[in-house]
Amino acid sequence: MDFFDAFLNPEIIATYLPALVRAVWVTVWISVLVVISGLALGALLAGLRAYQKRWLTLPIVLFADLMRALPPLVLMLILFFGLPSVGIILSDWFVLYLILTLVLAAFVEEIFWATMTSLSRGQWEAGQATGLSFLQVLVHVIFPQALRMDIPQLVNRSLTISKMTAYGSVIGVKEIVSVAGSAQAFSGSATPLTMAALAYLIIFFPAMLLSRYIENRFHYEH
Amino acid sequence: MENFIDAFFNIDIMRQATPLLLRGAWVTLQLCAVVIVLGLSGGLALSLLASSKNALLRLPAFFFIDIFRAIPPLILLILIYAGLPFVGVRVSPFIAVCIAFLLNNSAYFAEIFRSGIKSVGRGQTEAARATGLSPAQTQAYVVLPQAIRNVLPDILSNVVEIVKLTSIASVVSLSELLYSANMARAVTYNSSPLVMAAGLYLLVLWPLVRVISRFQRGLSITS
Repeated sequence: MDFFDAFLNPEIIATYLPALVRAVWVTVWISVLVVISGLALGALLAGLRAYQKRWLTLPIVLFADLMRALPPLVLMLILFFGLPSVGIILSDWFVLYLILTLVLAAFVEEIFWATMTSLSRGQWEAGQATGLSFLQVLVHVIFPQALRMDIPQLVNRSLTISKMTAYGSVIGVKEIVSVAGSAQAFSGSATPLTMAALAYLIIFFPAMLLSRYIENRFHYEH
Repeated sequence: MENFIDAFFNIDIMRQATPLLLRGAWVTLQLCAVVIVLGLSGGLALSLLASSKNALLRLPAFFFIDIFRAIPPLILLILIYAGLPFVGVRVSPFIAVCIAFLLNNSAYFAEIFRSGIKSVGRGQTEAARATGLSPAQTQAYVVLPQAIRNVLPDILSNVVEIVKLTSIASVVSLSELLYSANMARAVTYNSSPLVMAAGLYLLVLWPLVRVISRFQRGLSITS
């Protein structure tokens, strides 16, 4: 069979383009929400950990370890199929959003924390010596420096997790992979799958180039 | 509470699912061994191309790396598994996963190796060449050993990512750990097998994640 007929059939492209464009929006929206809330939650957790209270540190470390060690797909299936049997029903997109946010937050917390501990003690001491409170030192002295050093890692991690929105297809979120998958089954052609791959390229290829630029721009010499 | 334990930590159901899950875990282990070796070798080759001075080698390598970092491995896997039969090539789920992971993991490992190679100073190469080593010997005996040592934490954390990623093989019905657990869930109408699978992943990956955290902190303190 002809390669183009199977993978880039113009008629099938025309038929499924509108559905796929809607799916692209779903992917983009969920990704944006995940990145915003994941970064915020991760930063918050790293900030709380800075207080070095055992009852705060322990649950945070446990959370970060679990979320980094467990495959997100496993977590999503447990929530999606398990919670209804104890009377909690979450919608498919919310499960996807929640799990990816928690996973991103765990990585972000670890990234921030590693950098915060690497800043010299003098930063903390000087800050507090000028009369700033602990929280003020954290927010105005430590955090801006950590953020600047961590930008390349944060961008990379955010992109990796954003691509995991594809896992939504497993629990029925109408994002790119799931829409392309049903279009493929319906049309009996691989074209929708090619379109899906191209859609991701259009979204993430520029993002990869951007992350390369940022890496060079913020390159931090050890 | 009883309801909760019954839904997620049902011992009877876990006991029934154990043989199935252990078989799945064995497939996952085999899969990991194959795709990690493939990814490391592909990534190393690609990173050497990407670090080359010749633009004809370097630019295609970068292009490859960025394309396969941009496409989610899941769609790559589905495209290979469900797409190739349309051009008359039928591949088993295992082979499809291997191909998809080779493409994706090589790109990620290449980036890691490349930054390692970049971290080894030019002086090292010049000194090695001055002592009479050939360019290939210089890479093999001087640059790469240092490069790899410098990025060891990143290599380890990518290995953890790959082990977790093998769970997507369940989508093309390869009977690895998650597939087996999900099968057991569907048969028993109970999520305990999934929780058990999570436990098995944790057993292997939690220690590695701890080591990575230790590594990162250690590095940042000495720098």
